[in-house]
Amino acid sequence: MASLCELTAAELSGRLRRRECSAVEVVRACLDRIAAEDATVGAFLCVEPEWALAQAEAVDRRRRAGATLGPLAGIPVAIKDNLCVQGRVTTCASRMLANFRPPYHATVVERLLAAGAVIVGKTNLDEFAMGGSTETSAFHPTRNPWDAARTPGGSSGGAAACVAARMVPLSVGSDTGGSIRQPAALCGISGLKPTYGRVSRFGLVAFASSLDQIGPLAQSAEDCALLLETLAGHDPRDSTSLDRPVPSYVSELEGSLKGLRIGWVPDHFTEGLDPEVAQAVREALRAYEGLGAELVEITLPHARFAVAAYYIIAPSEASSNLARYDGVHYGYRTDEKAMLAELEEERRALQAAGDAQALDDLDSALVRLYRRTRAEGFGAEVKRRIMLGTYALSAGYYDAYYLKALKVRRLIREDYDRAFAKVDVIAGPVTPAPAFRLGEKISDPLAMYLFDLYTVGANLAGLPALSIPCGFSREGLPIGLHLQAPALEEGRLLRAAHALQQVTDRHRRRPPSPGPGGTDIRG
Amino acid sequence: MAVSEHEIRKVALLARLELTPEETRLMASQLSRVLEYMELLGGVDTEGVEPLAHAVEVTNVFREDRVVPGLDRESALANAPHRDEECYRVPAVLGEA
Repeated sequence: MASLCELTAAELSGRLRRRECSAVEVVRACLDRIAAEDATVGAFLCVEPEWALAQAEAVDRRRRAGATLGPLAGIPVAIKDNLCVQGRVTTCASRMLANFRPPYHATVVERLLAAGAVIVGKTNLDEFAMGGSTETSAFHPTRNPWDAARTPGGSSGGAAACVAARMVPLSVGSDTGGSIRQPAALCGISGLKPTYGRVSRFGLVAFASSLDQIGPLAQSAEDCALLLETLAGHDPRDSTSLDRPVPSYVSELEGSLKGLRIGWVPDHFTEGLDPEVAQAVREALRAYEGLGAELVEITLPHARFAVAAYYIIAPSEASSNLARYDGVHYGYRTDEKAMLAELEEERRALQAAGDAQALDDLDSALVRLYRRTRAEGFGAEVKRRIMLGTYALSAGYYDAYYLKALKVRRLIREDYDRAFAKVDVIAGPVTPAPAFRLGEKISDPLAMYLFDLYTVGANLAGLPALSIPCGFSREGLPIGLHLQAPALEEGRLLRAAHALQQVTDRHRRRPPSPGPGGTDIRG
Repeated sequence: MAVSEHEIRKVALLARLELTPEETRLMASQLSRVLEYMELLGGVDTEGVEPLAHAVEVTNVFREDRVVPGLDRESALANAPHRDEECYRVPAVLGEA
């Protein structure tokens, strides 16, 4: 019999309901798996065994008492560490928030707990979700369970790796430019970015507020549907959340794809796409034809400008959102005494030199406190994006960069509108290549940004999109298929993904266990 | 478009970041490369196109003007790196030498 931690949430849920196992047994299996494998993978920043077992015991008690249980009762779930869990350290993988304990739960955390899910820990990410490899985490990188020398992707790298390594069945991530779908693709699991506004962002530490969206990562589309039902819904605490009914995504999974029009973009398959990725995506398209779908050639003429627009808009919003880290209200603060002493020394030296201009330009104590705190609290990629955004929003450049990018954003959205008049779903690659090696792109920001070219469009246009496994490279690395749909058509996406997973078994494959010989990622 | 180290220093002040001379050099070269790529956008005809700041163009989401409990002072101050009984503490702003 397969270990409990290898089952999907849907399978576990059935066993728990039939009382074939207890929630405590399920959680113990997951905690054992984490203890055995996470030293090598580094998916978690924090594991909460005591809290998890207490939650599981509470579920078991309620079940024994015959109480009505939530849809995720007893199912272990991992939370990306940019989602607030009240009273428990929420770091965003940044030194800035290394000791931050939020005074409230994120709405999705409240919903998960109300649904009976068992939170087992917080997963690693690129610092403040800025990055595509989980290497910008201030604490440690995460390794791809399929090949420990490679990235799991990012920014939800820990969230994807812990599901791929079967440490937990369900994981919650966030996606600003591909941060759920790209790691899902590189780790061989399923991940969905919902429509902008479908899931409340309350309690998600803000990166780029017009693009951020929370979503599920799991072994299958069915499990994504199950988790999304709990995550989605209107929240008065997020004024951008959509006040629209949440369908039962699980009950909409079944159904024929006959007549489903799937758009594909020839431009996706030209220069820059790894041939093995191209082949796997083409095979998936043929499989869809076999399921009765109709393939339609479409164009997204402005898609090639999406990365440029995205990397102006996202850093601009980030530079504004991250202004809150000032060393005053919460988070890291530089050593104030040392800072003040140094500033005084600088002032004396300038006075002695009679340099009136430099004296005039010298930071005030408060400004120096902000600058030193932020210099020490943020890592290189976060600083780069704050600088890029501040530059793009500054006087003289605002029109040429920020405003221009917003206009291109509308053209990108209009491309999608035109495409979705002809097709129901757009299919293509998630990433230009399988997982790259750790260290390969970290010193070349532009190369890292260009890896996002297929995913950022859905964020700019606010559309739902998912990634499911569609093949493996010769080296045994997973390859993802990207499906995008019109706003609020998550059900259609999940149905299409589920249909493929009924006739293929790629989502069932799991990486070989690294075993006890692996080296500790935190070493 | 090349960004000079002088501009980087100016933007760093606006962004309330402190950069070492080495970081300033690296930032100038990396941002120059990224901004050079952004020049791609210059080739897009956006004449008459309205900017799109937000994918969901909803405006004026109102709620009832009802008094609800907010964060109490102790919770709000609990994470402060430097505080007293009722306030956040910062270096003196007025009366500097």
